[in-house]
Amino acid sequence: MTAYWSIADTVRNIVSGEITATVLVETMLDRIGKLDDKLGAYLTIDKAGALGQAAAIDQKRKAGQPLGALVGVPISLKDNLVTKDLVTTAASKILDGWVPPYDATVVAKLRAAGAIILGKTNMDEFGMGSSTERSAYQPTKNPWDTARVPGGSSGGSAVAVAAGMCVGSLGTDTGGSIRQPAAFCGTVGLKPTYGRVSRWGVIAFASSLDQVGPITRTVADAAALLQVICGHDPRDATSLDTPVPSFREALGGDVKGLRIGIPAEYFGGDIDPQIRAAIERAVAALVERGADTVDINLPHTELALPAYYLVAPAEASSNLSRYDGIRYGKRVDATDLLEMYSKTRGAGFGPEVKRRIMLGTYALRSGYYDAYYRKAQQIRALIKKDFDKAFRFCDVVLTPTTPTAAFEIGAKATPFEMYLADIFTLSCNLAGLPGISVPCGLTDNNLPVGVQLLGKPLDEATLLRAGQVIESAVGLGDRRPPGAAS
Amino acid sequence: MALERKEVEEIALLARLHLEPDELERMQSELGAILEHFGALAQVDTTDVAPMTHAVPKDMQLRADEPQPSLSASEALAAAPKREGDLFVVPAIISGEP
Repeated sequence: MTAYWSIADTVRNIVSGEITATVLVETMLDRIGKLDDKLGAYLTIDKAGALGQAAAIDQKRKAGQPLGALVGVPISLKDNLVTKDLVTTAASKILDGWVPPYDATVVAKLRAAGAIILGKTNMDEFGMGSSTERSAYQPTKNPWDTARVPGGSSGGSAVAVAAGMCVGSLGTDTGGSIRQPAAFCGTVGLKPTYGRVSRWGVIAFASSLDQVGPITRTVADAAALLQVICGHDPRDATSLDTPVPSFREALGGDVKGLRIGIPAEYFGGDIDPQIRAAIERAVAALVERGADTVDINLPHTELALPAYYLVAPAEASSNLSRYDGIRYGKRVDATDLLEMYSKTRGAGFGPEVKRRIMLGTYALRSGYYDAYYRKAQQIRALIKKDFDKAFRFCDVVLTPTTPTAAFEIGAKATPFEMYLADIFTLSCNLAGLPGISVPCGLTDNNLPVGVQLLGKPLDEATLLRAGQVIESAVGLGDRRPPGAAS
Repeated sequence: MALERKEVEEIALLARLHLEPDELERMQSELGAILEHFGALAQVDTTDVAPMTHAVPKDMQLRADEPQPSLSASEALAAAPKREGDLFVVPAIISGEP
């Protein structure tokens, strides 16, 4: 069934002529038309653009020209990735209708590889949230249970992938925004090592934490997308000039002798018993195939949340100062400049974004900087040291991705309750490590559970290899979400 | 940690963020509640711990000082809320009697 083709299937079928890119894109657009009114994954569907890209690919194939690694693969992009001539809003009213004049580096790389962009996916405004409820435009429903959230902030991408409304997607992850929705929707989500993937053209939230990565249905698909988007970009000063290995070669390998670190701090009393059971099955699957478990400690884990919620809002308050009503985006007219700035921003930002700007401004304010921002950065150093030490005894760290399965829409009453949804994913960003969430079964309520693997810097390959072993042993296989039945 | 209303107003001014009275009130209680959870940080001894400012240790490099292709003026101005020719228009910055 075309809707659930893998990247490898899609490329093979396009190259062999089994299907034309045009027919494939028409089929996907048709499916989106049938499903997305109910699910709300897409903010913008680029019908004309996608069909144009498909026609160009069909032409190229006919002419016998070389085809890219992702030729004809229909993908979606989180709406904070800037796309030339295609509306990009970061799900914020302050960017309502904004048409960027350029492509983000990751977008240009995907286009060059022959991927077809179907549209832009919903998210929490500027990436600030864990449920996609904080989009200024629409809620997105979890296809496994439409009364529940898909997670966030890359919720639209996770739903589009889970429901077969694209083959793969790119999200961004500042504190868990790829891995947490991937877990809630039964998809694979990978946050690369900080610096692995260019941030040029990614609408900035917290620059020392943001990273772009794939959300896909399989580990092999994640490897295929990652392969294309990685690499040094001189336009991003934090981009690493490091060779990119072949991630495909990492797949299919065994895990014999792989040391799996199990951190006591992630297995406390707060985890849902069904999550715990599913994670234990994932561990058992690795052990059965020759991996060894090692008990480790990450003693500063509980400080990750307060450190993150100072560092990220502080950087956000600075990054979001660019929305001033002058060069692009919304503007509320006023008689003087100060009033124009503050009226524009007051009208353009949603409640969670305002909260984070306020929190960040508070933490950076003169007289408070040492007590909050600098202190949080010191804690960040301690968290990184915990991992450095742990990786002397293990090769990957294994944890649940989330303490619970997807929660109900409207369930998190206070901002802080929502912040707790990311409790297991924040440390990875603070330490700059790569992390992956892989499905490892369903709860009794038929909700997906994700297991998280964290790796040494630049060691995405080991995450993919171990992730694939988990996938084949306890993954979802051909089980599809009921909300994706058209 | 309780925040004074005046403090919230000051932060909003620093952030160039207009908040309606009901938003100010909500912000006061919500920020106070969030800051409560940050108390744990103060308990940690961080003497001699160098702050970690970036995830990957990397020296800032300067690129070669050579012109590169960039957006044309019309592309750069295409999304401006208000423009006149090749200029962004902003409210008067200097006011008062001549």
